[in-house]
Amino acid sequence: MATMTLPGWLAPYLDLMRGKAGPAQQQAVLRQLVWPLLGIALFLLLWHWAAQNIQTSLGQFPGPATVWEQAQALYQEHREGRQREAAFHERQEKYIETRLALQPDWQPVRRDYTGAPTFFDQVGTSLITVMSGFLLASALAIPLGIVVGLSAGVHAAVNPLIQIFKPVSPLAWLPLVTMVVSAVYTSSDPWLAKSFLTSMFTVTLCCLWPTLLNTAVGVTSVSSDLTNVSRVLRLNAFEHVRRIVLPSALPMMFTGLRLSLGIAWMVLIAAEMLAQNPGLGKFVWDEFQNGSSQSLGRIMVAVLVIGLIGFLLDRLMLALQRFLVWDKSAAQR
Amino acid sequence: MTALLELSNVGMTFDTPTGRFEALKGVNLKIAAGEFVSLIGHSGCGKSTVLNIVAGLLRATDGGVILERREVTEPGPERAVVFQNHSLLPWLTAFENVELAVRQVFRKQKSKKEMRDWVAYNLELVHMAHAMDKTPQEISGGMKQRVGIARALAMQPRVLLMDEPFGALDALTRAHLQDSLMAIHAQLGTTVIMITHDVDEAVLLSDRIVMMSNGPSATIGEVLPVTLPRPRDRLALADDPVYHRCRQKVLRFLYEKQNKVAALPSRPDPAPRRRQA
Repeated sequence: MATMTLPGWLAPYLDLMRGKAGPAQQQAVLRQLVWPLLGIALFLLLWHWAAQNIQTSLGQFPGPATVWEQAQALYQEHREGRQREAAFHERQEKYIETRLALQPDWQPVRRDYTGAPTFFDQVGTSLITVMSGFLLASALAIPLGIVVGLSAGVHAAVNPLIQIFKPVSPLAWLPLVTMVVSAVYTSSDPWLAKSFLTSMFTVTLCCLWPTLLNTAVGVTSVSSDLTNVSRVLRLNAFEHVRRIVLPSALPMMFTGLRLSLGIAWMVLIAAEMLAQNPGLGKFVWDEFQNGSSQSLGRIMVAVLVIGLIGFLLDRLMLALQRFLVWDKSAAQR
Repeated sequence: MTALLELSNVGMTFDTPTGRFEALKGVNLKIAAGEFVSLIGHSGCGKSTVLNIVAGLLRATDGGVILERREVTEPGPERAVVFQNHSLLPWLTAFENVELAVRQVFRKQKSKKEMRDWVAYNLELVHMAHAMDKTPQEISGGMKQRVGIARALAMQPRVLLMDEPFGALDALTRAHLQDSLMAIHAQLGTTVIMITHDVDEAVLLSDRIVMMSNGPSATIGEVLPVTLPRPRDRLALADDPVYHRCRQKVLRFLYEKQNKVAALPSRPDPAPRRRQA
């Protein structure tokens, strides 16, 4: 039977609850709780003080209190938006029902709700886009990285290209991607929105590289002892990759994947902002263009949410890494 | 004596940035089935190169290796290797490590159940049945080496090649593993070539000790048959004159004829030490 394991950081609190309060527990609580909270409190104070001293053309720079108000307002708007949507669908169904009662041969037409997306809708769009772009990038970068790592020739052939394309900013790719998507994806009833594809491909192009490079390095650095084992066993090329190379390279691969996801998230916000694609980036840009007295506060909410989501995405990858990778020491931080 | 394995005029030259380096020259050796042969010599004398050539991991630049009338051209499970640093796959358990080898060698001959039993049998042979489901990180160095030996034995090799298998272990663990190896050799009659640094180990385990001269152009210096009867008991051997004579001969070869330690250079006068302020 598998024993239930609690996360290690909970241990000192359990000890405290059991009445064990030694210096080790005190240290842990200080490190995990007291110092971080103190840091955040100090930051809020500094922010509050600085905000009072910055006047912009859109009014005073938002302090913590204003931002909190705006966060609540955004949530409120989201709920109202949902209510309006529900009401719209209800009205539509009622209308269809009554009309069908009068006119049984009528083919009902159901229309989608077209209200403006709320802040939370934008967050959802951004998350879907970033994950799609990241998954596509991983699907390309991992196999390519394995090939590059296995063959010195392919490595020599591909390396200059990687080095040139790696530092390119998403903003430089964006116009090209936009034009290519418009030219190539010309379905009259598009299953996916063009704006979604543009953002996704831009994300893919920018976050490909860390996974590709790290996978290649992981594959090249497979220990020669293990390669010898594979040779003595006469593993064929496929089995060699599956049994020896992939597991060996997995920790490095995950380092690459985590870097890639971080880049993907940063790139996405920039791409959405410039391309006016739906998502958090567009929310920020719209608020900036809107220029009301609340705008800066709302942008600050978005900034915090963007940071928080980036952090959570990284933690998610870390959890996945801990779950999949045999070398637990590689996934400590 | 019909030889199971024959090294015939084996030579090895490496191209290095500073020119050609002849590591081995004219190595000739015949090994009979069931024989236990150790290769002993100073570090860098090319023992490992000889073993790797027999394993097929290196190709000799001169001469060749013949196993059962076939020339060795590539590595293969009939010449299983026990590596110096165990070389277990760290993401597999002890059982899975041995299983990988068994599946690769007996895929076509044995059923799944037979293969599992064969893996378990070999782990029992090295006294590792109790830790089958542990990963290499969870077991000690000696246990890892035991699993490495089980993996090699499970391939049912014609020749078992061991590259300083106990070099990294403490003296007690080493003694345990040597006893296990002697028992396994007595039971299975496997042909073994083992590299070692340890004179006592060589005398205790071997039928013949092959002593290698120092490189460059290293070759076989002397071959010493060890006529001690088997089974051998390390405690009883402590007072055995034959044992001591064998030991003496190997030591003499290593430290008189092939002494590698040059006289220490005369020490230059120390610079006057600056006084700490």
